[in-house]
Amino acid sequence: MVGGTRRRGNAARRKLAAGRARSYGRDAMAAAAQRPFPHRHLLGIEPLSREDILFLLELADGYVELNRRPEKKLHTLRGLTQINLFFESSTRTRTSFELAGKRLGADVVNMSVSTSAIKKGETLIDTAMTLNAMHPDVLVVRHADSGAVALLARHVACAVINGGDGRHEHPTQALLDALTIRRRKGRIEGLTVAICGDIVHSRVARSNILLLSRLGARVRVVGPPTLVPAAMARYGVEVHHEMARGLAGADIVMMLRLQTERMRGSFVPSTREYFRLYGLTREKLEVAAPDVLVMHPGPMNRGVEIDGVVADDIHRSAILDQVEMGVAVRMACLDALTRRLREAT
Amino acid sequence: MSSRPLAILDARLLDPASGRDERGGLLVVDGRIADLGPGLGAEGLPPGCEVLRAEGLCLAPGLVDLRVMVGEPGAEHKERMDSAVAAAAAGGITAFAMRPDTEPALDDPAMLEFVARRARKLRSVKVYPWAALTRGCQGERLAEMGLLHEAGAVGFTDGPRALADARLMYRALAYATAFDALVAQHPEEPRLAEGGVMNEGWTALRLGLPGIPACAEVVMVERDLRLAEATGGRIHFAGISTAEAVAVIRRAKERGVRVSSDVTAHHLLLTEREVEGYRTYAKVTPPLRREEDREALVAGLADGTIDAVTSDHTPQDQDSKRLPFEQAAFGVVGLETLLAAGLELVHAGRLSLLRLLAAASTAPARLLGLEGGRLERGAPADLVLFDPEACWTVTEEGLHSLARNTPFEGRRFRGRVVRTLVDGRTVFRLEEECGGAV
Repeated sequence: MVGGTRRRGNAARRKLAAGRARSYGRDAMAAAAQRPFPHRHLLGIEPLSREDILFLLELADGYVELNRRPEKKLHTLRGLTQINLFFESSTRTRTSFELAGKRLGADVVNMSVSTSAIKKGETLIDTAMTLNAMHPDVLVVRHADSGAVALLARHVACAVINGGDGRHEHPTQALLDALTIRRRKGRIEGLTVAICGDIVHSRVARSNILLLSRLGARVRVVGPPTLVPAAMARYGVEVHHEMARGLAGADIVMMLRLQTERMRGSFVPSTREYFRLYGLTREKLEVAAPDVLVMHPGPMNRGVEIDGVVADDIHRSAILDQVEMGVAVRMACLDALTRRLREAT
Repeated sequence: MSSRPLAILDARLLDPASGRDERGGLLVVDGRIADLGPGLGAEGLPPGCEVLRAEGLCLAPGLVDLRVMVGEPGAEHKERMDSAVAAAAAGGITAFAMRPDTEPALDDPAMLEFVARRARKLRSVKVYPWAALTRGCQGERLAEMGLLHEAGAVGFTDGPRALADARLMYRALAYATAFDALVAQHPEEPRLAEGGVMNEGWTALRLGLPGIPACAEVVMVERDLRLAEATGGRIHFAGISTAEAVAVIRRAKERGVRVSSDVTAHHLLLTEREVEGYRTYAKVTPPLRREEDREALVAGLADGTIDAVTSDHTPQDQDSKRLPFEQAAFGVVGLETLLAAGLELVHAGRLSLLRLLAAASTAPARLLGLEGGRLERGAPADLVLFDPEACWTVTEEGLHSLARNTPFEGRRFRGRVVRTLVDGRTVFRLEEECGGAV
């Protein structure tokens, strides 16, 4: 898998591949392939050490190559059952986890639990115990409440991957963002990353802040004071309320979606004003580094937080790379978390 | 009333009302304190007198808890009158005021009569009702305050639902002056607190939980102080949680506003850090705040800015707490840990023993217009005998309450109730090995 034939892709693809080749030799990857992963679940970035993160990234690097081959299927997880339990609607994350599991040979089941079913009386813990009785090996869980995935994890015997819990964490998104940056820029340490927009409601922001800081990036958060509270500074990040200052010299600009569904009351007066002050446009991007990379976890609101022209700029936008890296990172997480189980059998 | 006289000898008599702290005896005749003092010994007791040797244990007025949620009527699966009373007795509490936000609410004289009858039948801890301030505690129309006052309401409140309507509060405070009734407010501006589940700040930010800002409390406290000043009404802030509110109340008292306030035992010992790991047993209203706030609350209680300490006993069943944090119910049980929690501050040198007892008995009795809360001739023999040194560990199984939602599970406390008496009758007696049971 590691030395597999690589298909020729577009310019961005070549850059990604080049980035990989520059910084990570086969030795590191071979070492990564041997190491056990010291966590039972992946509930967030917070409990992960720098080594844990690097390990997952090394592993994911290998899966990127695999995913570019016509024959993508492995048997690593053969016989294992993966359940994707989504209490909150999602297309891309669920699909990404589903593909990741299938490419590793797992039996994958998707369960979307609508909020109305919950209202019928079954509690989260009931659902957890019911699924647990079916002996899954991995549960991927997304839930609208912060801490809900950790609560569920306490009531099941299998590995649990947090696919996003409320405003709390979305660890695989942060890992795939890091992988994207590393492959495009060759490093993370020393880069200036500006995370812009609705920080307070964003699990992506929290996981990214934790991960990028841990790998030595300089992180800034940029947005209106109602969405970027001053207390954010305690993460060790710079807080900016003005795009011009927040983007100045930035190597990476990460835009976040305005999460209207998590907002109570008005945090910003209008989307028109928001776009004017905080939407990413070519003009605002001029103060960033010349080779700035633009990222967005999706789904994008064009014309709200990002101008379509910037999103589609093939030289600057890494948005589709992020999607590609997502599958590889999730394969790495599934692989890492099932290692002990597979060794035992 | 108990038929036999009872003498408790060789106790450490603690009366926060008079400042008495001395070794002596106490004689109970017909449910009342007939005599007390250092001279009271085994000689000269009435014939047939039952004698209890306290061997130096502390004897104090039974605690009076300002705010207790009883599940009756409407939530009997969380707590019943009998279980609440048993829990109170085990905590050395001889009287408590029950919250009116039941289902239906205590907004009708007949409802108060129901409470009184239920409590009377149990012949144990005295239960007094708060009456609803507004009908159904809905915050829209005043309840029949005059009739409820006549029916025995000790005060008026909508429980944990803050009365947001400033005009209605203005009217309520003015109207209540006609019978000098106490009006209690949950000090939290509801729009500022809306959707919040814990203290706003760094911990909430990290956990991704919506916060309740400290200003939500001080805004409401300042507003109601102005309304009390303008009307001459008696305002009571039920459950202060911030340093700012303590400072504002201190200044208001200096300028003579008729204000009182209380703090819960859990706010005196715990901070927002308890929420780490999404522990729903630390989800309370008002929320647990920062260490600086906790310090200010302890100081405010010590200097009398805060009048009373309460358990704010709020039983919740497991299904209301074993949920994602945002969905879980607010509240903790506290009847059985109130005294022990307070004693922790005494042992730490932050509070004198008499000040703690004043805040837990004399002051709440005075606020509610009850005759307990003091050790003096003629007072009801509502008493607690406790060992301030006996250590014990809080366990869910050890609780008498139906509910198990204590934030102190596993905590080791120093100070334990040995016996509780109401009108001279023993309503609780420690049966265990620990603490030199009498």
